[in-house]
Amino acid sequence: MLLLTCPNCGDRNVSEFHFGGELSSRPKDPSALSDAEWANYLYMHNNVMDAQTEWWHHNAGCGLWFLADRHTQTNEVIKTYPYTKRDA
Amino acid sequence: MSIQLIRQAFSGDRPPPKMWRSHELKEQYDVVIIGGGAHGLACAYYLAKEHGITNVAVLEKSYIGAGGSGRNTAIIRSNYLTPEGVRFYDESVKLYEQLSAELNFNVMFSQRGHLTLAHTDGGVNTMRRRAEVNQIEGVNSRLIFPDEIKSLCPYLDVSDHPRYPILAALYHPPGGIIRHDAVVWGYAHQADVRGIHIHQNTAVTGIEVQDGKATGVETTRGCIKTGTVLNATAGWASTITTMVGLQLPLITIPLQACVTEPLKPFLDVVVVSGSLHVYISQTDRGELVMGASVDPFSSYSMAGSLTFLEGIAGHVLELFPSLSHVRILRQWAGICEMPPDYSPIMGFTPVDGFLIDVGWGTYGFKASPIAGKTLAELIATGKTPTLIAPFRLSRFEENNLVGEKGAAAVGH
Repeated sequence: MLLLTCPNCGDRNVSEFHFGGELSSRPKDPSALSDAEWANYLYMHNNVMDAQTEWWHHNAGCGLWFLADRHTQTNEVIKTYPYTKRDA
Repeated sequence: MSIQLIRQAFSGDRPPPKMWRSHELKEQYDVVIIGGGAHGLACAYYLAKEHGITNVAVLEKSYIGAGGSGRNTAIIRSNYLTPEGVRFYDESVKLYEQLSAELNFNVMFSQRGHLTLAHTDGGVNTMRRRAEVNQIEGVNSRLIFPDEIKSLCPYLDVSDHPRYPILAALYHPPGGIIRHDAVVWGYAHQADVRGIHIHQNTAVTGIEVQDGKATGVETTRGCIKTGTVLNATAGWASTITTMVGLQLPLITIPLQACVTEPLKPFLDVVVVSGSLHVYISQTDRGELVMGASVDPFSSYSMAGSLTFLEGIAGHVLELFPSLSHVRILRQWAGICEMPPDYSPIMGFTPVDGFLIDVGWGTYGFKASPIAGKTLAELIATGKTPTLIAPFRLSRFEENNLVGEKGAAAVGH
């Protein structure tokens, strides 16, 4: 995977981007969480060997945080797209 | 020895060609170890040798030592940052010191000394702290300065010319390098001799859980009944753990390394620089083995990249300008699962009978003997040995992390 498609800027070298980890959902009511639930939110990951939806930041370009669907075994990028509320 | 060799040469008798045998998969094992690397095989060996548990299967999806055990840069050391880490890795160094005799197989452990360079005031402070913690725990480490560094490693550029001049180093004389394949083969042979079944090309496809207890393992060669499953598949641990419905605090990231053409011996010590993200040592064959920090994004891919080679070449030349004409022979990658605190995760899980030996990031190989030994004790006695209690899975929800990042990796 040498090129990543920024939704704003198009195909760019992956070195222009910062990897932001797999997409996870924020707790709806943080104050109601137990210690175990907090630890789960903070630390646990699916870490799949499969297609994964993940964050990328075009930090050496337009500065956009966006989502990519990438296969973590082959590094094939299936698609990249801007974040919307329904992805959470 | 030599008479034996000569007699053997003329006798026509050949020693058995295989160091471990193949077996049919049995229907039931007392313990199933998933992962035929140094950790899994060491655990199998200590289960048999120290606890008399021999109805054990080691399942490996490829060939033994195909994962991190055959891909690391073979550095052994115990100069860590936390008291828990120092105590644990030091026991490993002590086991490695005896390993050739223990396994009756030469693992070529060469305790040539280990230098961790500091290029900034912050780096010097970290090294000073590590030296103090090490000394309190009885580990031989001390801070040394450019004159002494130069005497240990004459080709290292200790002048003030580089962009990041060397200010000091943590010197750890017991550190060194080893032949990592020999460690895997030695443990495999001794486990096999004691009746343990090593199954290569046997991938795990599922784990049966009934009423919160692991009861069996499904593989590509059939099903096994068992009461104890150990996940020793560092790198791939999340893919196994998800089979029992659990998550782990791990992110799998490739780590690359490369080796140069052989040179005459010139580098006695292992040289590490956290600021320059590089570690380098010279093997007994004369090749320079070099590694870096983990790749910039998570992946299970073991493909190498040019970006890595360019980066590491620049950093090595900063330390050793005289290597500018040396050619790279090959490069490779292994995959590392990084926990948030750079310490392993070992022991019990919420699923009864499903144990983990995971989170081995970039520091797993050097812990193989002690990880195997302590987990064998845990399996045999049902109690967590004191040495690995700090590395329990529940430390995350207890907020008791063992922060080892300052000493376990170069990528920070």
